[in-house]
Amino acid sequence: MNYAFDWSAIVPALPFLARGMVFSLALLAVCLAGGMALGLGLALMRLSNRRWIAGIGAVYVSVFRSIPLVLAIFWFYLLVPMLIGAVRGEATPIGPMYSAFVAFVAFEAAYFCEVIRAGMQSIPHGQSHAAQALGLTRAQTLRHVILPQAMRVVTPLILSKAIIIFQDTSLVYVISVSDFLGAATQIGQRDSRLIELYLFAGAVYFVMCFIASRLVEHRYARNALT
Amino acid sequence: MNYDWNWSIFLAPTIDGASRYVWWILSGLAFTVFISLCAWAIALVIGIGLGVTRTLPPRLGRALATAYVELFRNVPLLVQLFFWYYIAPVVFLPVSLQTALNRANPVATQTLTMIVCLGLFTAARVCEQVRAGIQAQPRGRFNAGYALGLTRIHVYRFVILPLAFRVIVPPLTSEFLNVFKNSAVALTIGLLELTARSRQMGEFTAHVFEAFIAATLLYFLIAQITSHAMHALEARLRIPGHGLGGSA
Repeated sequence: MNYAFDWSAIVPALPFLARGMVFSLALLAVCLAGGMALGLGLALMRLSNRRWIAGIGAVYVSVFRSIPLVLAIFWFYLLVPMLIGAVRGEATPIGPMYSAFVAFVAFEAAYFCEVIRAGMQSIPHGQSHAAQALGLTRAQTLRHVILPQAMRVVTPLILSKAIIIFQDTSLVYVISVSDFLGAATQIGQRDSRLIELYLFAGAVYFVMCFIASRLVEHRYARNALT
Repeated sequence: MNYDWNWSIFLAPTIDGASRYVWWILSGLAFTVFISLCAWAIALVIGIGLGVTRTLPPRLGRALATAYVELFRNVPLLVQLFFWYYIAPVVFLPVSLQTALNRANPVATQTLTMIVCLGLFTAARVCEQVRAGIQAQPRGRFNAGYALGLTRIHVYRFVILPLAFRVIVPPLTSEFLNVFKNSAVALTIGLLELTARSRQMGEFTAHVFEAFIAATLLYFLIAQITSHAMHALEARLRIPGHGLGGSA
């Protein structure tokens, strides 16, 4: 060791870092809610009997599953202001945060689509036949019979994915958004204490993700589904 | 939208006049593929070692392998990369070596750092798949091996691992694809891999759509080739009589 650590920069920076963490968690929450909603829509498209609808869903999923999240963030950083400008008919300045929200929802929806689709396919066909025999419509079958069971099957997968997404929120660094890591970077650069701030940020991520993954493992140890 | 499409921009000479944009993109692709393959090799070697260790009796080995997995799985890749690039040399290397490192070719340093970082990161994930593959083997297979007089090494080498690897080809395929995607994080330390090159081209030419579309198509191509290759591997390795799950 030949570096003199000085941790004094961290304590006064805590409120600022906490605001960064709030953004990271908000990004995670929006990504989970929006991604699962869009993912469900995509899963229904992919299971559709109309081939062109299923085809669009399949192309969406395979494109978003082959590109890096960083590239998706850049894509939406470019597209979102442009689309909003086109809709409103004038150039509208908009924070990179909103692009980040859209990028995460659009990107992770492809993953959630595959998980939800697998969950729905794991429910035996007899269940939908039974529901139809009882006179339920397709929408009712989906809403009251298939989805409740499918979501239960995929919950552990979605929770472990949520931990990975939380870690991936740090990638908004590339468009200079002040998430937790971005906030740590700003403080570190201001006080010339980048090393301490990065180590601190790493430790915080570790503790949060470690506890969360232990909780998920503990809760779902019995019916593990990898 | 009145965007001025111009696909011939790829053939235009670059801003410094030394090259053409198509070569920028292709050199980015080469870096992405090179980094990913090297990192994958590291990840396989370390990941298999750790995965096997986690299934062996010695407590200490298991604890160390578990600690490794937890550490590398629960810290974001970007933070790990900053650790290896900005922090580890300053904290751990003697000053003379640091100066040598600063004088070294920056591209070489960045490439090496990214390969090591991505390799160690992915090893934790490979480890978990290997462990799951071994633990999915029925107890009787181990016992049958021991009953035949095989040592533990031989049981692993000739009975368990060949069957376990066949089970984990699909999850390993998706880890392999993740390596290519995660390699884009290298742009944060200034390495000009595919995503960085497409962004750079977009900035210099203002034809950012063409550049991003090219990068997207190339990543798509990588993913398609990789998953077809892995499916072919899976089919070739299949043992008649053993189903997909590998359970007899």
